[in-house]
Amino acid sequence: MSVKSYAAGVKEYREMYWTPDYVPLDTDLLACFKVTGQPGVPREEVAAAVAAESSTGTWSTVWSELLTDLEYYKGRAYRIEDVPGDSESFYAFVAYPIDLFEEGSVVNVLTSLVGNVFGFKALKHLRLEDIRFPIAYIKTCMGPPSGIQVERDKMNKYGRPLLGCTIKPKLGLSAKNYGRAVYECLRGGLDFTKDDENVNSQPFMRWQNRFEFVAEAVLKAQEETGERKGHYLNVTAPDAEQMIERAEFAKELGMPIIMHDFLTGGFTANTSLAKWCRKNGLLLHIHRAMHAVIDRHPKHGIHFRVLAKCLRLSGGDHLHTGTVVGKLEGDRASTLGFVDQLRESFIPEDRSRGVFFDQDWGSMPGVFAVASGGIHVWHMPALVTIFGDDSVLQFGGGTQGHPWGNAAGAAANRVALEASVKARNQGREIEKEARDILTEAAKNSPELAVAMETWKEIKFEFETVDKLDVG
Amino acid sequence: MANFQNVGDFQTAQTLETFGFLPKMSQDEIHEQITYIIAQGWTPAIEHEHPSRAFNHYWTMWKLPFFGEQNLARVVEEMEACHRAYPDHHIRLLGYDNYTQSQGAAFVVYEGRG
Repeated sequence: MSVKSYAAGVKEYREMYWTPDYVPLDTDLLACFKVTGQPGVPREEVAAAVAAESSTGTWSTVWSELLTDLEYYKGRAYRIEDVPGDSESFYAFVAYPIDLFEEGSVVNVLTSLVGNVFGFKALKHLRLEDIRFPIAYIKTCMGPPSGIQVERDKMNKYGRPLLGCTIKPKLGLSAKNYGRAVYECLRGGLDFTKDDENVNSQPFMRWQNRFEFVAEAVLKAQEETGERKGHYLNVTAPDAEQMIERAEFAKELGMPIIMHDFLTGGFTANTSLAKWCRKNGLLLHIHRAMHAVIDRHPKHGIHFRVLAKCLRLSGGDHLHTGTVVGKLEGDRASTLGFVDQLRESFIPEDRSRGVFFDQDWGSMPGVFAVASGGIHVWHMPALVTIFGDDSVLQFGGGTQGHPWGNAAGAAANRVALEASVKARNQGREIEKEARDILTEAAKNSPELAVAMETWKEIKFEFETVDKLDVG
Repeated sequence: MANFQNVGDFQTAQTLETFGFLPKMSQDEIHEQITYIIAQGWTPAIEHEHPSRAFNHYWTMWKLPFFGEQNLARVVEEMEACHRAYPDHHIRLLGYDNYTQSQGAAFVVYEGRG
């Protein structure tokens, strides 16, 4: 035991928190930050400051430090790397001992890692790029209430992506008219419909009324088609008690799935709801409103891959991931990088996909990737190729904007999806042969032919704002 | 404004999940899908059920899943034998994926008469 004495004052962070010789333990939680320091501050000092401020440190030495073993508890900046193509920023890798975090609490992990440190004056910008959760920590989290495999079995959907649709207009429909839109989509061939994220319980449509009409729509469509159907009933609420009350009512109505907004609702509420879903056998769809505020700036905030990992730990059976091809932001390689984090049990480090660490999920269930926003039948072959079977392809205008209405729009989506899957299984290159495959399928489906005509001109080709860092 | 003569009526159909919205597959097309199941390393299996009970999760198994079967013709033979034995039943083909503990594929090849 070394003997230390107390000397008040301000030390340089790097004396204690920059440890380039440190070899991270399997139980350490590792983080990669993209750091942009204020001009003139050495990289090691900035990296050490990040490690200190996100773990044990404070700006001044305090006597009570000597009552514990900070060598055991401190975070350590152990590596610095250049950011390809960017001379201003660098990557700082920090290792945190597992005992800094409460078991089963992504809330606690985030409070440490993206807490005060993000407002730190020595930093111009700071972005949390990735976290390696040690398997020991993952085992303390429950994760998805059901997961991909259980959901497939419950819903009887195999060998293809699932199809969903967000009911539009987002706001203003009465509960009965809303249920009508749901029924039409489901009888037309979709597996799921969805409350939009901001549909909670407004004066124009209170949640009880919505739930009752939607339940009738789901059960009727199920009976008439012989297929299993669901509607993501949004239980996001002003407080956790009301959230659970809404979930209970969905269960009472025999509904298979509910939904929550994990960022605006918060991780504590989300984890509680996920546990409720596990206990009660309901599936949980997760929306991600507010994510772009946090993840879009390439130098500041939190990358979505971190938020996605946190959601898998907190619990959800579906998570929105962007579409790569639609109206919302999303680079293909980067999107696939975090889609893997949702679905696979082990993901190796792969910088070409923005994956900074090996990540072992052990036996934690997988989460369906939801591709939603500005997609239509022409995108179907590309979506099947990009997202594979373990995804929910979710349309809005691309179903309900069909000139014949929701049911025909849904049927067009379903035919396009099944034609793409069939062709893929036959060994065809469906992205390249998209036009042929859809045109063939449309011969037997007037609904698809009309959809193809309606959306033939729509493209969403803007540059992605947040790109992977490449030289 | 809207010309309702151009708006089609969509009739709700009883469908049987995956590929339920495509025209009936030809023999060759069915064989291609079985070939895909085998190529994925999945175990082909056959289930059948009377249409009145089609909504149940469990259909009746035909024999056992064909563990290790690589021969398309053998799977097709069994499928036809099942169809001869239960001409009124729906018959579906599945591919058990023992890695995901799920089914990588499942689709109906013969539709029974309700």
